[in-house]
Amino acid sequence: MQVKGQTWTYEKKPVILGASSIVGPEEGEGPLAEDFDFIYDNIEINEKTWEKGERRLLEDAARKALEHASIKEEDLQFYVGGDLMNQIISSSFAARKMGVPYIGVFGACSTSMESLAVASMMIDSGAAQYAMAGTASHNCTVEKQFRYPTEYGSQKPPYAQYTITGAGCSVVSAQGDGPHVTHATIGKVIDLGVKDPFNMGTAMAPAAADTITAHMRDTGRSPGYYDLIVTGDLAAVGLPIAKELLKKEGIAMEETNFMDCGLMIYDRDRQKYVLSGGSGCGCSAVVTYGHILKRMKRGELHKVLVVATGALLSPLSYQQGESIPCIAHAVSLEMGG
Amino acid sequence: MQFLWAFIIGGLICVIGQILMDAVKLTPAHTMSTLVVAGAVADAFGLYDPLIKFAGAGASVPITSFGNSLVHGALSELERDGWIGVVTGIFEITSAGISSAIIFSFLAALIVRPKG
Amino acid sequence: MTLPDSRSNSKVSSMSPDEYKTIAKKHEPPRSILKNCLKAFFVGGLICLIGQGIQQFFMSVFDMSTKEAGSPTVAVLIIISVILTCFGVYDKIAQWAGAGTAVPVTGFANSMCSAALEHRAEGLVLGVGASMFKLAGSVIVFGTVAAFIIGIIYALLGTGGGG
Repeated sequence: MQVKGQTWTYEKKPVILGASSIVGPEEGEGPLAEDFDFIYDNIEINEKTWEKGERRLLEDAARKALEHASIKEEDLQFYVGGDLMNQIISSSFAARKMGVPYIGVFGACSTSMESLAVASMMIDSGAAQYAMAGTASHNCTVEKQFRYPTEYGSQKPPYAQYTITGAGCSVVSAQGDGPHVTHATIGKVIDLGVKDPFNMGTAMAPAAADTITAHMRDTGRSPGYYDLIVTGDLAAVGLPIAKELLKKEGIAMEETNFMDCGLMIYDRDRQKYVLSGGSGCGCSAVVTYGHILKRMKRGELHKVLVVATGALLSPLSYQQGESIPCIAHAVSLEMGG
Repeated sequence: MQFLWAFIIGGLICVIGQILMDAVKLTPAHTMSTLVVAGAVADAFGLYDPLIKFAGAGASVPITSFGNSLVHGALSELERDGWIGVVTGIFEITSAGISSAIIFSFLAALIVRPKG
Repeated sequence: MTLPDSRSNSKVSSMSPDEYKTIAKKHEPPRSILKNCLKAFFVGGLICLIGQGIQQFFMSVFDMSTKEAGSPTVAVLIIISVILTCFGVYDKIAQWAGAGTAVPVTGFANSMCSAALEHRAEGLVLGVGASMFKLAGSVIVFGTVAAFIIGIIYALLGTGGGG
């Protein structure tokens, strides 16, 4: 592996052997519904509590990813995962069921790419033959933990985002067919003083811009190298801000398709309740593992940069008046050949 | 006529709440606490009772009337029992609101799951 | 493995919060305060109107005085609010109505009921019991403290009750 600046170049080009995406009913009504492996028709995910529902999503996704990778659970050597719950309970409890050696990671909504970067590094360094990366989020667990009870009548501002219900996992290996993980740019924590916990897109946009800038600098690439660059999840407010910031950095984003997972997963005209778009660590996971990888396999996309962004706040930190530190991790995916 | 005033005054008190949330950017909890204290202070100056007389439910349904009732309870027992009345009387009038909210919420939690 | 070279910083990482605020401000979707106020006025007024109707009902059917009718009116409004909360409707109306559903006593009941439902998963004692006042608690605390201070001032001034 090579290191330049804050970017890892995986010389063995780890392969995503199999991936999965399991979502809830609202994501199933969105434009990407066809790409998901399974859509639950109830927000309870057939469980008694929201937290159990989130865990079940992750367990389902893990099983499905192994199935798609055609490997057995015994062959999986490590599982790298995280989620938004306090003490990442969903991932750890899912790991309890899997019985696979486990590394818990937390990067808020950037966990999807953080876990993939770490799993790929394990493959690249020879630390594992097969490693899995996974994450999940559930709208109601997040509302309950970070904001208000789900039935509480508070009016959300138009820039608020809607945490998606879904889980995505991927199995990474040194050999096999599938998209390669070629680079990962590990982000720095950026905090430009945004304090409003509803204004996530604005808080996270600078972190996304910083990581994309670093990625281009470290790899010597320009955005035109990629068919698609997606952030996850800046939504309708954060994405234009990121565009403006990148323009200031002199990064020519107009060379490529620059989109956002939070805008792709819902139809905002039809699904008004999502306000400015989706968020949550499940969002970039299911859009990447469900939608983008499928498009890559169909040959519609060859080179994609996924920039997952996370807001590293806790309910306590914002009550104590702290601003919101944010981070973004970028992973570059390429079809072989 | 009182129906009209109930609508207008009740609506206006809600508008004050909306302004506190949107323009002053208070959280709902801060907004409600502010309104309750405002209702209590208004009663201290003897302003809230005339408003209830005038607008009926328009003044007694908004949360400001909760502050008003708390002060009423404290002051009426102060008059009757002296100093200790301030403490013993506070919840005298608001008991119906608080108790029924506790009881019905508890019963609801026994039988219903949040819908998400 | 090659060693990392020194990091050259992006413009973003050295930007000041104030500088960013001006950029962010341009992209912030406008909160239409006027429209929100009209909605709050309409729905809040309507809830008070319903309250007035219930109060008149108690006064004419049960021959109560205005004062006597106050408590049962509040109780009925609270039941309505709890039922709407249970059906998952109250929060949907509130997203539209804002303070119109939050400021009336129905909003107080919704804050308690929603917390009770949500935390049922943590059990009756630690969940429902301990969390019910999570949101409504501050209203009671500040109302009580304010009433106490006002009571003490009245006592010191030697004037009796105001009503």
